Amino acid sequence: MPIVFIPAAMKELTAGAAEIRVGGSTVREAVAELEAAYPGIRDWLFEDNRLKPNIAVAVDGVVSPIGLLQHVDENSEVHFVAAISGG
Amino acid sequence: MSEQSYEPNMVLSTKEFDVVGKRPLRHDGVDKVTGRAIYGADVSMAGLMHGAVLRSPHAHARIKSIDTSKAEAHPEVRAVVTSTDFVDPGDKAVDLGEGLTRLSYIRNNVLALDKVLYRGHAVAAVAAASLHDALEALKLIEVEYDLLPPVLTAPDAMKEDAPLLHENLRMTEFGRPTDKVSNVSDHFRHEKGDIEQGFAEADLIVEREFDTSTVHQGYIEPHNTTALWNNDDRIHIWTSTQGPFTIRDTTAAILDKPVSQVRVTPTEIGGGFGGKIPVYIDPVAALLSNKSGHPVKIVMSRAEVLEGTGPTPGSHLKIKMGVKSDGTMMAAQAWLAYEAGAYPGAMVVPGGMCVFAAYDIPNVTIDGYDVVVNKPSTAAYRAPGATNAAFATESVVNEIAEKLGIDPLDLRLKNASKEGTRRADGPKFPRIGCLEVIEAMKNHPHYSAPLEGPNRGRGVAVGFWFNAGLPSACNIAVNPDGTITLVEGSPDIGGTRTSVAMQAAEVLGLPAEKVSPSVVDTDSVGFTAVTGGSRVTFSTGLAAIEAARDVREQMIQRAAKIWGVESDGVEFRKGVFHLKNGTENRMTFSELAAQIATTGDPIVGRAGVNPPGVGGSFSGNIVDVEVDPETGKVTILRFTAFQDAGKAIHPSYVEGQMQGGSVQGIGWALNEEYFMNAEGKMMNSSLLDYRMPTSLDLPMIDTVIIEVANPGHPFGARGVGEANIVPPPAALANAINNAVGVAMNRLPMNPVAVMGAIWEKNGATD
Repeated sequence: MPIVFIPAAMKELTAGAAEIRVGGSTVREAVAELEAAYPGIRDWLFEDNRLKPNIAVAVDGVVSPIGLLQHVDENSEVHFVAAISGG
Repeated sequence: MSEQSYEPNMVLSTKEFDVVGKRPLRHDGVDKVTGRAIYGADVSMAGLMHGAVLRSPHAHARIKSIDTSKAEAHPEVRAVVTSTDFVDPGDKAVDLGEGLTRLSYIRNNVLALDKVLYRGHAVAAVAAASLHDALEALKLIEVEYDLLPPVLTAPDAMKEDAPLLHENLRMTEFGRPTDKVSNVSDHFRHEKGDIEQGFAEADLIVEREFDTSTVHQGYIEPHNTTALWNNDDRIHIWTSTQGPFTIRDTTAAILDKPVSQVRVTPTEIGGGFGGKIPVYIDPVAALLSNKSGHPVKIVMSRAEVLEGTGPTPGSHLKIKMGVKSDGTMMAAQAWLAYEAGAYPGAMVVPGGMCVFAAYDIPNVTIDGYDVVVNKPSTAAYRAPGATNAAFATESVVNEIAEKLGIDPLDLRLKNASKEGTRRADGPKFPRIGCLEVIEAMKNHPHYSAPLEGPNRGRGVAVGFWFNAGLPSACNIAVNPDGTITLVEGSPDIGGTRTSVAMQAAEVLGLPAEKVSPSVVDTDSVGFTAVTGGSRVTFSTGLAAIEAARDVREQMIQRAAKIWGVESDGVEFRKGVFHLKNGTENRMTFSELAAQIATTGDPIVGRAGVNPPGVGGSFSGNIVDVEVDPETGKVTILRFTAFQDAGKAIHPSYVEGQMQGGSVQGIGWALNEEYFMNAEGKMMNSSLLDYRMPTSLDLPMIDTVIIEVANPGHPFGARGVGEANIVPPPAALANAINNAVGVAMNRLPMNPVAVMGAIWEKNGATD
């Protein structure tokens, strides 16, 4: 089961849990499982049924350009990080 | 690599290619050096009108009324516009490549609606037959202001009783909106480990506060645009920009038009460094064109550039680090408040992601605050947010080294981030070159060279930038003479036409000279994100590689067709197609290209990419200075820049980026600042008074390119445009400290600041 790392700002939604193992083969499915267990996660991450534009998904340390559609496997680490580009 | 082998410009190569890594002439070189390249100010066309923008003389005021009637009555005036000519965007939020932004913020920054939030804020614009007439007409516009007190720094703006810039701006805290109306638009936090336990286990704790000034990117070419709102309601814009698609999308959003009705042609660009990503005058020129029925050109003056476009944030930072007596870093805490300028969006988020990126520290807390102040709305500037942060962190790291009696590079080596190090914001680093950069610094003869004489000192620092991927598109057509035409959408700022062309050439076994690269308008290529985030050589390069592979595959099929075999019977090696059946049959790329028209369809390769696998880049500096203890002037005696390029596609351009970034970092460090009076007026809005370094101020910037291949790119490339600006202010602060024994806590470290620090050290009372 992939492991989702909960940012400090979201820990109030997970009763302080920092790492949560969830099911799912994509980030979207993993988030759905998280939402079922910890209501409110989705609102924190989503806007208009999409990931907020200032949030990016990193799977195993690599920021995914396809975000919620990114495949995750049993040992994947999933992080929600700030989306940045640069100058 | 032995010490003796270091040259002024070194490439520590790890892998060789046929084209990549060489130094061909740049494709646009002749046009650039002969003055034939077309920049935005060169654009001209029949019926062209000239636009000018009226700007606020006040830093903070409510607009009571704008009377444009006298200007409209001017015989040479064709149009006058104000913010009310835009469609009201309501609360609509848009993502224009720089994160989610309220469209009203962008619209109101382009032309102020009900408040001016900084001196230089655009209020109205005029189009007239000549620039002289337009400027005269501006004087006829009557604006009645109700003055409000300005607030100019983050700490002041964060006070409970501070004047509010936006009465409806509610702070977001930890990702969630609150009801608190504030100048603080956002507060975020990163946590790792147990910060209290980490400090409890430390043998030495160093805690300091720092300030950095508002600094402009200082691109030499001012903003410019020409817009034609055609009779068919289609809008064509010629502009100097890092992001033609960003200009297209933003202009379309502000004007409430479909993106398909806006076409943007990027002209050549005379520097940007992040400052030419936002939109300023393009929608204004479009409105003026629509009202006047003429194409309208606007070219900013230098004062308009400095007062009316986005510099990088000033900041107030607090850094606390705890270490064991052997130098092991145990805990680090950062409090970062960045000035966003007039509208939310300070680069504090990346600052927070970079502040401790160079170090593997088990316990970290980072708090960041995005604070609006009465200064121009800030924009990206080369590794935005990271330079401020590194100035603070790297100064503290050096103080720790000094207090522990450990060599400052050994301290960095001991704690350096590496593959697998978990960042404070969560993910683990992939393969990175932090260790290799510091090792190269340690091994470089500069580091061990004697530095003799009074008031001389040496400083070091390292820095990091993530770099970006983002979408890019590329098309390649094969010409019958054996050359290829490459079409891309990335404006070329640092030689990227060539670095992109070289990657296609490598795939096709061609010399770079046989590639003809063109940067085209938004109707002529697939979506391509900004030339920013050090992404073009990586991402557009990948698009070129994929398009070249597409061409190669089609060429193999064509050779197979000509030879009457299946395509797997053809092999391609170094620009030559070989028949695999043991015969001598072979065709060069040129020989096959000459037969395309008579053997089938034209061959066109295409690719669109949005690649993962971005490789972050670490950088470092060793700098020697001499400080005049009578005047506080800092003279740089020697400067060596180090950076991990993954693979330097064109080493000369990598060196150019390293030298350019270093010089800009030196400007941050020693001279540059928005010098504001109490009313919020910038007192130095010319390049005579806004003092950027010139060649007369600097020694040669020696460079060492380190190549730690990025596994996310076929040739190993990492972006190189930004990380180089990050360490110079800290390296110079550490060198000044080493020279005269004063810890510098403020940028710029100009003579006034250095003398102040020296006097304070000597116990002066005033």
